[in-house]
Amino acid sequence: MSSTLHTPAQHASATKGAKERDTYLTADYGWKSWLFTVDHKRIAVLYLISIMVFFLIGGTFALLMRAELMTAKGDLFEAETYNKLFTMHGVVMIFFFLIPSIPAVLGNFLVPIMIGTKDLAFPKINLLSWYIYLVGGGATLYVAITGGLDTGWTFYAPYSSTYANTNVAAAAIAVFITGFSSILTGLNFIVTIHKMRAPGMTWFRMPLFLWAQYATSLIMILGTPVLAITVMLLALERTFHIGIFDPALGGDPVLFQHLFWFYSHPAVYIMILPGMGVISEIVACFSRKRMFGYHFIAFSSLAIAIFGFVVWGHHMFVSGQSAYAGFVFSFLTMLVAIPSAVKVFNWIATLYKGQVSLETPMLYALGFIGLFTIGGVTGLFLAVMGLDRHVHDTYFVVAHFHYVMVGGMVMAFMGGMHFWWSKMFGRKYPEAMGQFAAVVIFVGFNFTFFPQFILGYMGMPRRYHQYNDEFTALNVLSSAGATILGTGFLMTIVYFLWSLKWGQKAPQNQWDAKGLEWEKAQSPPPTFNFEDGERIVVTEDAYAYTYEESHTGSGHEVKK
Amino acid sequence: MSDHAHSTTGLVHHFDDIEQQHEAGTLGMWAFLITEVLFFGGLFGAYAVYRSAYPEAFMRASSHLDVDLGGVNTIVLICSSLTMALSVYAAQKGSKRGIIMGLLGTMFFGAIFLGVKVIEYKDKWDHHLVPGDNFIFEGNPGGPEQLYFALYFAMTGVHAFHMIVGMVIICWMIKKAHRGDFTPGHHPLVENFGLYWHFVDIVWIFLFPLLYLIGAHSGSHT
Repeated sequence: MSSTLHTPAQHASATKGAKERDTYLTADYGWKSWLFTVDHKRIAVLYLISIMVFFLIGGTFALLMRAELMTAKGDLFEAETYNKLFTMHGVVMIFFFLIPSIPAVLGNFLVPIMIGTKDLAFPKINLLSWYIYLVGGGATLYVAITGGLDTGWTFYAPYSSTYANTNVAAAAIAVFITGFSSILTGLNFIVTIHKMRAPGMTWFRMPLFLWAQYATSLIMILGTPVLAITVMLLALERTFHIGIFDPALGGDPVLFQHLFWFYSHPAVYIMILPGMGVISEIVACFSRKRMFGYHFIAFSSLAIAIFGFVVWGHHMFVSGQSAYAGFVFSFLTMLVAIPSAVKVFNWIATLYKGQVSLETPMLYALGFIGLFTIGGVTGLFLAVMGLDRHVHDTYFVVAHFHYVMVGGMVMAFMGGMHFWWSKMFGRKYPEAMGQFAAVVIFVGFNFTFFPQFILGYMGMPRRYHQYNDEFTALNVLSSAGATILGTGFLMTIVYFLWSLKWGQKAPQNQWDAKGLEWEKAQSPPPTFNFEDGERIVVTEDAYAYTYEESHTGSGHEVKK
Repeated sequence: MSDHAHSTTGLVHHFDDIEQQHEAGTLGMWAFLITEVLFFGGLFGAYAVYRSAYPEAFMRASSHLDVDLGGVNTIVLICSSLTMALSVYAAQKGSKRGIIMGLLGTMFFGAIFLGVKVIEYKDKWDHHLVPGDNFIFEGNPGGPEQLYFALYFAMTGVHAFHMIVGMVIICWMIKKAHRGDFTPGHHPLVENFGLYWHFVDIVWIFLFPLLYLIGAHSGSHT
């Protein structure tokens, strides 16, 4: 489909192929031009490199854990070492990979282009957020090197505040610092989307990716400060024994859980909403159809963000909160299923009678829809108090959130990276390799995590380095799946890097897709995103795909 | 790639016009203040939980604070808000001298506030009322009373930190004002910093009764 895409409508085609066209990548050279850049696209690339480093670190921890769990005995690592592995895996993957993944990389790159402006509202603050992220990440690596952390990523008091012998205070400070990078990103997106949309880009003409980013940003600025103050209190308690979470002085460890989950449950939606935005873009493009139920998808993002703040107690059904609180939280939790299901049904309705083609991004999107649905529905199991007592703290929970976080967010991140790769770097990734790797990742993912549902239901607790013999077969299956999954990710990283130099040069609109980033911006875009002096005016709704356009391949508007 | 367009209007490259730039800056400041509300909100939440759990211990502990010093500081802080507002007014009128005088006044009252705070902290230190292993409350190791003082130091400490940051920014603004960077039509920094400073004041308006005045009611009702 890509051979027909030398679009005469683009004025720039005269210079296409020639080296003189300046892109954001070639506008300036040298390390200073990167480390002091205020270009949102370059900052996105900086973020991409950093989160991939943390992804590899966190992934290594995961593989080491799966290696230990190959056998029922704890033979590869000491119990303490294993505790540190799962803790660092959680901290690194959540705070340093998942939370910044789509917002800070794809969001940073795409938000200004999608609304037709030159940059985010506060470019310097955007750069500052990356530096804050690096400082937080550096502090975390410091913790990892100086003995690690064994509290679990949840830092539950009083273990973290009193008993743990690891570097809890430093880890708390690392999380505290990193929180501000996410606050600044969220703040930037909110202001940018409110104030910098191009003429004609009304709220309901915005691509759904932007609605998702907007909802995510709301959570970032409303939730993260509470986490910051919580881990600050934890660090104070840990360092000075002020008693705030210490029952001996009347302090309440459960208060820590309340404060922690007040952020960290909404944070779960930070880790899925942007993914849903990516899936909306991909599904519409590869179905060649307008999005079914645009308004419902847009508002369901906001609904998820709002509901997300009132369900934290479902993490605490067995922590001694009152049965009435449990009842309310259980009910509210089930409500979250409604906006989530609205999205899934609308994606499926968009596929219906669409001209579906199965390029790599679409494979990831379809994988997302299935895996997220499994992850979401098992979330409902956990929202039921009676069932939660049975599977609480078992592998059922582990499998559930990995279906949402990896099966959902990581699939969406991969789909988004493939979808916008040519836009970001001007080269195509090898399509056949991409499709193959997508299938490998899908298969590996399910082999890794589906057995964990069964293990959890059978009663295998999470966070132990050894287990009863009867769990062996399923654990071996899960570990084997993890190697397949890891291989899939490595393949992807390798061909992405390969394509930067040897990939086929991409046209402006690789997918014949709608949206300002495809129709108006070169691949890769110039520093100010659009042709010099071109003022973007939006005249049509998002996803103006029609059957004729895709059928005849001449769907480009004639516009001045 | 330069972020500064040193034109007379102060318009930065990626905005269409100065109005859009101002609106973005103001909205950004309000959004930032919302994050601050939630940041303090975690502390106020912890306060609410523990005060409702231990109302009498909180009253007893509160009676060890100096209401007079707290009251003086409240007035001092309100004065600093007045001078800040005068500085913003001067910026609108284009009076360079007025901006600087207002900022210096704000700085002055802020410094008095922090000075008084140091005296109070020193007093708590001398009386072993700083939470931790050396805490002694009326001769005992203290239970929930220590929680009160933990919250007292956390809340007033975070508040004082915000004032210190504010005073650093004031120094920078005085330099900019001196250089003539603010014009009647373009002084977003003065305006947005004003919002910040008033917010920090308002936090204190909540802290003062919650921390200082609950002890005065000892025995009226539990």
